Amino acid sequence: MIYRSHILICNGTGCVSSKAPAIMEKLQELLAANGIEKEVKIVKTGCFGLCEKGPILVIYPEGATYCRVSVDDVEEIVNEHLIKGRIVKRLLLGDPNVEDVSKSRDNVGFFAKQVRVALRNCGVINPENIEEYIARDGYAALAKAVTEMTPAEVIAEVKKSDIRGRGGAGFPTGMKWQFAAQQVSDQKYVCCNADEGDPGAFMDRSILEGDPHSVLEAMAIAGYAIGANQGYIYVRAEYPIAVQRLNIAIKQAREYGLLGKNIFGTDFNFDIEIRLGAGAFVCGEETALMTSIEGKRGEPRTRPPFPAVKGLWEKPTILNNVETYANIPMIILKGADWFSSIGTEKSKGTKVFAIGGKINNTGLVEIPMGTTLREVIYDIGGGIPNGKKFKAAQTGGPSGGCIPASHLDTPIDYDNLIALGSMMGSGGLIVMDEDTCMVDIAKFFLEFTVDESCGKCPPCRVGTKRMYEILDRITQGKGEEGDIEKLEILAESIKQGALCGLGQTAPNPILSTLRYFRDEYEAHVKEKKCPAGVCKAMLNFEIIADKCKGCSLCAKKCPVGAISGEIKKPFVISKEKCIKCGVCMESCKFAAIVKK
Amino acid sequence: MKSVEELKAIREKALKEISIRENENKTRIVVGMATCGIAAGARPVMNAFVEELNKRNIKDVNVTMTGCVGICRLEPIAEVYEANGEKTTYVKLDAEKARRIVAEHIVNHKPVMEFTIGAAEK
Repeated sequence: MIYRSHILICNGTGCVSSKAPAIMEKLQELLAANGIEKEVKIVKTGCFGLCEKGPILVIYPEGATYCRVSVDDVEEIVNEHLIKGRIVKRLLLGDPNVEDVSKSRDNVGFFAKQVRVALRNCGVINPENIEEYIARDGYAALAKAVTEMTPAEVIAEVKKSDIRGRGGAGFPTGMKWQFAAQQVSDQKYVCCNADEGDPGAFMDRSILEGDPHSVLEAMAIAGYAIGANQGYIYVRAEYPIAVQRLNIAIKQAREYGLLGKNIFGTDFNFDIEIRLGAGAFVCGEETALMTSIEGKRGEPRTRPPFPAVKGLWEKPTILNNVETYANIPMIILKGADWFSSIGTEKSKGTKVFAIGGKINNTGLVEIPMGTTLREVIYDIGGGIPNGKKFKAAQTGGPSGGCIPASHLDTPIDYDNLIALGSMMGSGGLIVMDEDTCMVDIAKFFLEFTVDESCGKCPPCRVGTKRMYEILDRITQGKGEEGDIEKLEILAESIKQGALCGLGQTAPNPILSTLRYFRDEYEAHVKEKKCPAGVCKAMLNFEIIADKCKGCSLCAKKCPVGAISGEIKKPFVISKEKCIKCGVCMESCKFAAIVKK
Repeated sequence: MKSVEELKAIREKALKEISIRENENKTRIVVGMATCGIAAGARPVMNAFVEELNKRNIKDVNVTMTGCVGICRLEPIAEVYEANGEKTTYVKLDAEKARRIVAEHIVNHKPVMEFTIGAAEK
């Protein structure tokens, strides 16, 4: 069917939770009421990336991008835009004065600096329609691989592209494939790691939701390259939309004969199954993930043997991350030289980052490797809200570290981040402003690791717990002389002694905050002060008598009745009763309350 | 999927359906769809453009709408904006005229002079 207009509406998790389905229903209803349901097509699509401004809706052929659309806006969009052809400027993203509406969003810094490879189809196609993927050259790379290239040529192309794993460690993908291809075995497996566990990271989810076929296609290419006929996608059950779209995609790919037997008339067979994870962080570690697919408790084991030699059910296996796979079809189609022309000398291509925390444009961005943190945070991310100062950015989640303001101009790539004591990780980027306490942040990430430690090896099971206890003590104002040194010794031993990547990297948040913000730790331990004013145990709220007008507003707002005084005379906060919630400070109209 | 040709056939068909979402370097046919345009019969004109382009498998032309151009007495009005910046204004259209514009102007690059505003105002 040919329609005169397409309405693309984001159906990623972000926009779904901000009522995209209700907007779609209302659209359908109004299109029918106006008799234009056969002229205008509603298309569910994947994430546009600017989750902060969702729900997002794009109307073609004009290419008008509407943001923060509510159900109440739908009637105006239908009456004005779809019936009369008048753009609803107040909802437009970007500059409403640009004459060519389709260009209005190009002026939005968020989109202007991005290079979309892995996210190429997110927000462009309907992920539940395999033909739209095919229209965008989908499965052409698989066709090229199995009909024109030998498995060795496929591996050579991937190696030449220099793509490194996007899941965290950054191991060269082509090498991994070659190791597995060299093994002689009656059975090999291709696995996809979609167990995205870093707090704040959601690029894998968005790719699965917005472009599931790109992952299926790449896994089939990998299967052809290493000689495997079975693939498994290990995805967490907390991603219901991603799982549903994957299921639809696999079903369609089988119907079209793009998965199954004799793909493209060759003797290559390949099929994919989904395995749901229960959400344990450790199952994102490759050996634990495979153990979990086998139906056993998700615990890591020692390496070697590496999975390429003995992986799933002791057979040679490759495991790549969702984002890595999403790049593969483009490498095969456009060539390794094209891919390696993007990025820096040692880190090729692009990387998707999930920007969150104290930043204006929360969302998903894909940038060429080598973009500086400053560009990501200020040009794309739109800077820090409320005019606050940037303090640090955490990359790599609980395995990574923080990057302070002094390194804002470092080009982002694998090696630079490691040199700064952080890591690329899966691409979570949490921005922190001046009101963030770095000891508290380290404690937050460590609490996560303690919680998620599988308990198999003592350095991680016991060590991270002890580190957490020390951090907790420090933030409670009970830090002792020597605590910082103890943390350092523990961190080093855990790094060396832990069994898997989770344990080995667990001390990173502490080590990197210590490296850049040691003075904050010292202030907590020695002066019993939290410079950022976050750690409640060390905070005191006080009323400055000179500034207090005696209006009694704070006393009325205080939930525990800790403030007392006579009207028109300075009030006082009782330190014994105060629970340090800060409500009084927010309510005071004369800025008479301070926290120390 | 038994052959690469089969994949290409699906691609061609599907591409036609989603080509509307590309608007780089495309010719645009803009139909006036304000109250005056709609009352004068702009809707069948627009649909005729869309159908004819589809029938002829033309993917590099988008049909869009606009509001009132100001000369309501000449509605339905459509303007063809070519990628090189050339603009032709057609007036007093109907579905049949729209199909001829596609055949002569879009396909053969010869504007249909008799339907243009210049001809109507002589």
